[in-house]
Amino acid sequence: MSFLELSGVAKNYGPVAALAGVDLQVESGSRTAIVGPSGCGKTTLLRLIAGFEAPDRGRIALDGKVLANGGAAVPAHRRGIGVVAQDGALFPHLSIADNIGFGIARNADRRAEHIVELAYIVGLDKAILKRRPHELSGGQQQRVALARAMAMKPRLMLLDEPFSALDTGLRASMRKAVAELLEEAGITTILVTHDQAEALSFASQVAVMRDGLFSQVGTPRELYFQPRDRMVAEFLGDAIIVPARIAEGFAVSRLGRIAVDTKERRDVARIMLRPEQVVLKRTSREGMSGTPDMLFGEVTDCEFAGSICTVAVRLLNSPDPPDAAAIGNTPLILRRTGMDAPAVGEIVRLTVTGKAHVFA
Amino acid sequence: MLPRQFAFRGSVLFGDRLVDDDRLRIEPFPRPIRSLPPRGVGDMVARLMQSAIDMAPARLPAAGMKKRRPTSWITLVAALISLVALLPLAFIVWVAIQTGWDTVVALIFRPRVGELLVNTVLLVIVAVPIATLLSVALAWLTERSDLPGNRLWSWLSVAPLAIPAFVHSYAWISIMPGLHGLWAGVLVSVIAYFPFLYLPIAAALRRLDPALEDAAAALGLGPWRVFARVVLPQLRLAICGGSLLVGLHLLSEYGLYVFIRFDTFTTAIVDQFQSTFNGPAANMLAAVLVACCLFLLALEVIVRGEERYARVGSGAARKQQRARLGRATLPCLLLPAGVALLSLGVPFVTVSRWLLAGGADVWRWDEIGLALGQTLLLAIAGAVLATIAAMPMAWISIRAPGRLQRLLESCNYIVGALPGVVIALALVTITVRVALPLYQTLFTILFGYALMFLPRALVSLRASIAQAPVELERAASSLGRAPVKALWSTTIRLSAPGAAAGMAMVALGITNELTATQMLAPNGTRTLAMAFWSYSGEIDYASAAPYALIMVAMSLPMTWWLYVQSKRMAGR
Repeated sequence: MSFLELSGVAKNYGPVAALAGVDLQVESGSRTAIVGPSGCGKTTLLRLIAGFEAPDRGRIALDGKVLANGGAAVPAHRRGIGVVAQDGALFPHLSIADNIGFGIARNADRRAEHIVELAYIVGLDKAILKRRPHELSGGQQQRVALARAMAMKPRLMLLDEPFSALDTGLRASMRKAVAELLEEAGITTILVTHDQAEALSFASQVAVMRDGLFSQVGTPRELYFQPRDRMVAEFLGDAIIVPARIAEGFAVSRLGRIAVDTKERRDVARIMLRPEQVVLKRTSREGMSGTPDMLFGEVTDCEFAGSICTVAVRLLNSPDPPDAAAIGNTPLILRRTGMDAPAVGEIVRLTVTGKAHVFA
Repeated sequence: MLPRQFAFRGSVLFGDRLVDDDRLRIEPFPRPIRSLPPRGVGDMVARLMQSAIDMAPARLPAAGMKKRRPTSWITLVAALISLVALLPLAFIVWVAIQTGWDTVVALIFRPRVGELLVNTVLLVIVAVPIATLLSVALAWLTERSDLPGNRLWSWLSVAPLAIPAFVHSYAWISIMPGLHGLWAGVLVSVIAYFPFLYLPIAAALRRLDPALEDAAAALGLGPWRVFARVVLPQLRLAICGGSLLVGLHLLSEYGLYVFIRFDTFTTAIVDQFQSTFNGPAANMLAAVLVACCLFLLALEVIVRGEERYARVGSGAARKQQRARLGRATLPCLLLPAGVALLSLGVPFVTVSRWLLAGGADVWRWDEIGLALGQTLLLAIAGAVLATIAAMPMAWISIRAPGRLQRLLESCNYIVGALPGVVIALALVTITVRVALPLYQTLFTILFGYALMFLPRALVSLRASIAQAPVELERAASSLGRAPVKALWSTTIRLSAPGAAAGMAMVALGITNELTATQMLAPNGTRTLAMAFWSYSGEIDYASAAPYALIMVAMSLPMTWWLYVQSKRMAGR
């Protein structure tokens, strides 16, 4: 029995199915990320869990207690679930202290001390408490929103793209800080985001969502290296996908003979590699001769972007391409560190590390 | 009769400073700091939420706007116009000094003034809260619940504005001839003026970010507490602005209270004026009335406070959900239906009844045609004058904002907030004592209209000038146009639509204006409002009916436009 359980949760807006029957289990104290392109229904799912809306069908249970079941739903204010919205949704008419203390009863013991404590936990200076939301930076506003949600000691915290309004540098550090904070407080967390890197680095369980359904749910590593289909693979990062023939734990394709993560035997299959699995080594045309097993390519384009560079490589000796005619000789797009960016026209030797993933 | 049915819509609805970047309270989207904010005519209701005067130093200096050559003489002209606009206030002070301290004390501290003060204060403190409650309830039902036909009810809650207040009163007195006293005053005042509160409150409700309510619910607050602790505080500015508007109208209203025999300062001043002309008694009553207006303005500034109500954060707010009324739907329908019945049904039934009773005889076309012609002449001439007078002010408020400009602007707004009777009294006294040939001339009445309605023209103009980028003016200069020609061929041409809208609002105000027109107009003038007033004064209600109908018909398009603007502003 998981801490949070969704089964067959569906929600329509008029004729549009925002959610078409979603199942999800979230373990107590874990971090889950729901990731998907905009309009895939992830925010709707979050709103259903929070109780801002009721599902049309399906069941939501938290810690064994049913929150929603086919239209009947416990209202948001009786759920005790914390929510941090995209832009914080701070109350503009209240000071920071009153924002943080909003959920604490006004005559509660040690209310003021509690507020200061919460501010400290999320890393806010005490001096800030007298200010108004609009006087704070985006990152500070998010911290206030987090402190405000933590004030009611929620069992579950929902984060609705809370970092997307922040600039890149701040985003990563906020993400790490929030993850550690919630971990320490032992609060189960669900993060909704459209940023796949954020999802992979934040969560212990990632759910990729598309058109109101989960395409795949699993650990970040599983999803990244063993995606179920092309959409998941490409959503989570760049992917090299080629047709191959599979036998005895190896795939034979235009990239040569590569170890795969399956034992079965198939004549027609597609394998996926992450670009970082392909290692480039400088060589020359002379170095190509007399080494038939090795794979060589020519650099056709190189885009320098500081720490990394994007390299396009056209294969020169592709052994045994199964349906070369269909694929043609499209260049492989790879990434290297910017330090040793190759020049256009250079000859490189390609080797594959790790196993390729075979799509079902 | 409400001389100035729409009068303060100018000064407050449109009327306030144009939207300081960091003080715009209800703001749907974050705006760039550097560029000028997009100030559509549609900002009007947002401005209604601010108030008539606003001296707080808060504006960001518009970047890249150095003083350029035209500025200095335009500023000079604007300063001159603002000084002239202060004439009525100066007049009060001057009269007080002339009358002498002892006489002033004797005239002000007497039982009659106390009586009027009690009447006026009671009227304001009873009618304004009732109108506020009614407007909040109506706005919530039409904007935030799934009430059937909410668009229709929303329009019907704005439509009473198209009916001049004295026509409301006329309608009620025809149905219940015995109606009189404070409660009658409260009833008719609320019905005639609640849309001034409904409009900004509905707009504010529509623009509230639903994420705030969600956040409050997630923090454990039930629906009623969310409303009290999150929604209501956000409506504060709208309520303040709307209450001020209603309060100022109650102070300046004349016709409405004459019908139901309820004495306020304004009715007393007119009575006094009719019996003793511009004697010190009338002038001192006017001084007390001005004090009341200034008190309301100051009160609003204090209550409104300096808080910010803009949405913090970025991105567009998600769409609001409407509350399900369920079984409460039918009882809830009774409120808007009842209000529509009282505010629109009663005037409609009465006017139709009188028209039917009067038959063809009441349509004295020659007389009506004459009144219509005179009204249009005054309205159009006044609108043109007010717009021209507003141009320099509007230009510097966009192109060269600063401390001086704010000061000048608030002069205009304070004067715009004064009752028409005060302005008329001032002009009568000044012309009679200083420039007798100007007394009761076309010039004086147009001058009076310009003083009263300048804020309306100002706000529309300013909004459209803000949309004409200064770069165009510069481009024209760099293409070899002299400064004035550059101004003419770019900014003034581009602000024409705004100027037209402002002129229409001013013209409408003049059409329904009565008190000042009666006191200032040349002999023999008979506008629609004057004709209506004199017929109903003779208890010839049937003959008055066609004039009421024409005034309503002329006001309806502008009311519709206001309604559409307030919707558009919220992005729907």
